[in-house]
Amino acid sequence: MILTEHEKSILSGASGTVGDQMAMELVTESARMLGADRLVEIHSSHIDGCLYHGDSGALYCEKLAEQGARVKVPATTNVGALNLLKPDQCRLPAHQRKMASRLMIAHDKMGCAPSWTCAPYQAGARPDLGQQVAWGESNAVAFANTVLGARTNRYGDFLDIACAISARAPLYGLHRSENRLARLVLEVGNLSPNLIRQDVFYAVLGALIGQLAGETVCVVNGMPKGATDDQLKALCAAAASTGAVALVHIAGVTPEAPDLETALGHRTAEKTMHITRDMVISTRDALSLAEDDQIDSVALGSPHFSEAECRQLLRLAKGVNFKVPVYICLGRHTLAAIESNGADKALVELGVVLVVDTCVVVTPILPSTPGVMMTNSAKFAHYATGNTGHLPVFGTLSECVASAQAGRVIRDQTVWS
Amino acid sequence: MTWQSEVLIEGEAHGEVLRFDAPISFWGGISPVTSQVILAGHPQQGTAIADKILVIPQMIGSSSSSAVMLELFYTNMAPRALILGSRDAILPVGVVVARQMGWPIIPVVVLPEAPFLSADKIYITRNGQIEKD
Repeated sequence: MILTEHEKSILSGASGTVGDQMAMELVTESARMLGADRLVEIHSSHIDGCLYHGDSGALYCEKLAEQGARVKVPATTNVGALNLLKPDQCRLPAHQRKMASRLMIAHDKMGCAPSWTCAPYQAGARPDLGQQVAWGESNAVAFANTVLGARTNRYGDFLDIACAISARAPLYGLHRSENRLARLVLEVGNLSPNLIRQDVFYAVLGALIGQLAGETVCVVNGMPKGATDDQLKALCAAAASTGAVALVHIAGVTPEAPDLETALGHRTAEKTMHITRDMVISTRDALSLAEDDQIDSVALGSPHFSEAECRQLLRLAKGVNFKVPVYICLGRHTLAAIESNGADKALVELGVVLVVDTCVVVTPILPSTPGVMMTNSAKFAHYATGNTGHLPVFGTLSECVASAQAGRVIRDQTVWS
Repeated sequence: MTWQSEVLIEGEAHGEVLRFDAPISFWGGISPVTSQVILAGHPQQGTAIADKILVIPQMIGSSSSSAVMLELFYTNMAPRALILGSRDAILPVGVVVARQMGWPIIPVVVLPEAPFLSADKIYITRNGQIEKD
């Protein structure tokens, strides 16, 4: 492997701390095992490894911190297992709660910005087009590559923090231009203009992309211009949960796809698939597993709800209280914004439970008796059963609001025409 | 017979094969407490991976699997070796981290289309040669 003098000197321990050396070893070992012949300098990192999966991860990160490892690039933190502002909100047993908190503190100590959010790109972390970064958390990776045009592979536990400490990542995969070109075209031009403009369509399209494309880079052709960050957030999160999607191009919408030909690198697509309304409807239906009409809760904010989404929910609710708890998962950046204009109080009065720093699908916050959970997030719908035991019902945000007010599923068929 | 694999992490191992007949993600797929396959519907559901030489033709790439791999060392439930179907860093990262913690580790090698079946007894040498009893 070809290493710079600086990289060699950290790796040998001639300069830097023992923690720096451990991190550089992990990065170079990964590069070697992946077949990368050099490292690439990175400009930011988003750390997924702060979510507790067992004591060993906390012990390792504490060791890194004790050995003097400090991040060398701006590094935001993904969700942890605790709402640090309200630690009693989750039902983790005492020992696990303590270790989950120690893991989060170790990241703090290494100099990470304590953002505790899975939507760092809505909390100010927005790398530039073409910038090399090392991000973790599948939706954030997909958003960084797709919407911002930054370059990252899917970095996970330990390698993410090691990249941030080394300011390096193995040079392979989506860090390289040639691997970012689309090979598969997904045509949506045959769908109705009404349908493809709906917020909920972005989530369902994302789920379809995950199933159809997996790791193959694809370009979606036929989408309208002017998609919002929240719509693209829903698409990326869905695609990255139903498949190992880290980059999607949307012709005319995303930065590396000013048009179809550019996204394909002016080559012929290996395959073109036409998305039909039937495919959309069956993907939508597969996201709902509950057969009963009664719902026990509504969960929103995967990825974390934005201020705009909070405002949209208040508009839709029109002051009518909820019959079942509505959990909104959000980051501190959004909490601060809604506190500044009183929207937080308005939400709580309706019956909203605000879940900060974490989310209801990664830590036990939902009622312990499994029930039916309605959501507008394809990602929540995908992971709910396995992680929480609750059966999902998938719907639009307005269906979620109306259903929370009724205590049972209320549908609006006009969206799907 | 012997086969030559590519060494990702060097080491010796001797033991019984457990082959995954369907792709698996360690995160959500393996219990770090019991080492059993917990993925509903997986052909090896209920089987413990501790002390086995794992043949993993295909992984599902949840990057939190590194954390589960590390936790298996911590709970003394680690397999004896990993034979991967293709190059991958997710599980090996967990092994390198275990080494940095000073815990005993295991070899990781790559052998596409490894012919070993569950219950086969095999031997992996430091240079990646695999012998079947």
